Amino acid sequence: MNRQLILWILALIGLAVGSYGLWDRFANGHVNAAYGSYVPWGLWVAMYIYLVGLSAGAFLFSTLVYVFNFRPTTGASPAGDDGHGAMEAVGKLALFTALITLFAAMFCIWLDLGHPARAWKMLLQTNFGSVMGWMLWFYSAYFVLLLVEFWLAIRADLVRRAAHSGLARVLTFGSRDVSPEATARDRRRLRILGSLGVPLAIAFHGGVGALFGVVGARPFWNSGITPIMFLVGALLSGGALLTFLVSILGPGVGTRQHRDTVMLFGKIVLGLLAFDILLEWAEYSVLYYASIPAHADALRLVLFGQYWWVFWVIHLALGIVVPAVLLVAGRRSVAMVGTAGLLIAATFLSVRLNIVIPALALPEIEGLERAFSGPGLTFHYFPTATEWLVVVWVVSFAALVFLAGLRFLPVLSTSQEAAS
Amino acid sequence: MSQASTNELVDRRGFLKATGAALAFLGALEAAPETVARSLEATLPERADVPGAGPDADVLIRMQADLRRALEKSPAERHWIMVIDTRKCVGCHACTIACVAENKLPPGIVYRPVVEEEFGTFPRVTRRFTPKPCMQCEKPPCVPVCPVNATYTNEEGVVVVDYDQCIGCRYCITACPYSSRTFDIGQYYTPALPVVDGAVLGGSVDAYERASSFEYGEARPRGDDASPIGNVRKCHFCLHRVKAGMLPECVTTCIGRATMFGDANDPESVVSTMIARNNVVRLKEEMGTEPRVYYLI
Repeated sequence: MNRQLILWILALIGLAVGSYGLWDRFANGHVNAAYGSYVPWGLWVAMYIYLVGLSAGAFLFSTLVYVFNFRPTTGASPAGDDGHGAMEAVGKLALFTALITLFAAMFCIWLDLGHPARAWKMLLQTNFGSVMGWMLWFYSAYFVLLLVEFWLAIRADLVRRAAHSGLARVLTFGSRDVSPEATARDRRRLRILGSLGVPLAIAFHGGVGALFGVVGARPFWNSGITPIMFLVGALLSGGALLTFLVSILGPGVGTRQHRDTVMLFGKIVLGLLAFDILLEWAEYSVLYYASIPAHADALRLVLFGQYWWVFWVIHLALGIVVPAVLLVAGRRSVAMVGTAGLLIAATFLSVRLNIVIPALALPEIEGLERAFSGPGLTFHYFPTATEWLVVVWVVSFAALVFLAGLRFLPVLSTSQEAAS
Repeated sequence: MSQASTNELVDRRGFLKATGAALAFLGALEAAPETVARSLEATLPERADVPGAGPDADVLIRMQADLRRALEKSPAERHWIMVIDTRKCVGCHACTIACVAENKLPPGIVYRPVVEEEFGTFPRVTRRFTPKPCMQCEKPPCVPVCPVNATYTNEEGVVVVDYDQCIGCRYCITACPYSSRTFDIGQYYTPALPVVDGAVLGGSVDAYERASSFEYGEARPRGDDASPIGNVRKCHFCLHRVKAGMLPECVTTCIGRATMFGDANDPESVVSTMIARNNVVRLKEEMGTEPRVYYLI
């Protein structure tokens, strides 16, 4: 597992480097961050909607396995299996990815709060008239559902491992039954939970979009298409990440089944990419053509502002054109499809940044930026070193937990492996 | 800081010494805020008729009389509004600074900036000044978005923030169409200043910055991560002053009598007569927020 060793080393380096940012956040609060009063949300909020989108997307992909019973159409596979075992492993990987990215997202937004110690108020003293108030309830429900689903998905494997692994023994919580009936029961429960999860995931990620969509003061967000774009973006980025992960981690790297799984995911991602471009075109072209200043100014910042390259180079070239070419031209190569997945997933942060920042980087009252000066009283935003380092830390930490999960939990094992 | 400006500051030693008593008082605020709050209340004048507040009196005197009258009523019966006569504003920014002093606002926090706009090409220019406090909207977009009900309209119609409830998520800042909310990241003015023996500079005036303001009638010495650090802050029409029978600081300070304050639910008040005129506008009327700040143009 050389690939995993490289990832371990990278994640550990990231953790070490990023810890400076984390220390700065805890020691000095928000003093060394670039967001403030006029651009109140910055990289961490973008990171949060990015990660939570990955989570929702990965989760919805897991329902392909558990609810919709998708499998690559390969005919007879070498293992004599109908693809179910491999797809189960993909389902587990998807659920695990959804858990880790959700956790990372929550950590990012928790650090962004002015009073992180009061975060509990969101759950216990909720204003249900606020979209954000609903959010934490959705997240909590989703988190519990993910945990239970993941446990059910790995339960049988844990029981099989329990004989020689203390961790697995503890995590079985006393469950011992691996009979075909018990496994069938797990599958049934997974199907029910997955079915509940579909509307829940749509509600919470659509809700994150609505959180922005309902803000009448920011015309760039204030659109009915915003929650839909969040959802499609989540499916695209989460699906792309999963495609990448499956392409390098398996199950069964090198087998025909693995290749077919990756190709199937590649096709779905390509479809989602096309749909995402369609929505983006609809939103941007209408705004731009109408040219109502309050609406179009933010879009002009995205397209031709100081950070134009975020849209044209990172999003359009690296996040759309190159992956689209790889997915179409390289549709027989696992490496090419996997690379396309990585590119789409990684560059999607630029899409999230281009939602959050430009809408805030415009003075609501002309001349306000010159009326009074001070830290945070500016409409220019670029994340500081502290903000970047915190992101590096969070991503590295999430990667470490992910790698540890691969190492110590039966995330990737298939029932055939376990049986042998 | 350059040598010249340091000298200039040291030359002002006499002035600073003269204000020593005031600073000692402020130091005491930190020591025992409750005691000082009580003594503050004790020194306030009894609410009585303001002498000479006839129809021809200075508008400040008349507004003080309006205020006394309004305070006799129950809180729900008074509708505080502000009227800003842009024709009288000279763009001195005194209101901004007075507000900063009254509420001891740290760097990056501003409740009432004065927006300056310039029209024409130099030297053929005209300028316009628009003081911009919180609009205290009747339908405030910032209130419903708060996930924990930390911001709300109080019974007198002023949008307030509960500093102990606010989690600092800043959703309200994004929802405000007037950029009237600012986020307190915990900055201080003085640490960057030089420390000079015998003069009140740098670290030695730190006590002033850490002394409590009396926003919402609460004594909150500033320090560490205690609220309002980490909170969203905004103009509150100086409710703590109003409660004590004083006009908001920006109104008192305005050298041109351009800012007026009072009870819209009193046909005799100065502000009521002002907003009945035809030359009244409110900012971003199209948002439907129904601001309680009116501009005379």
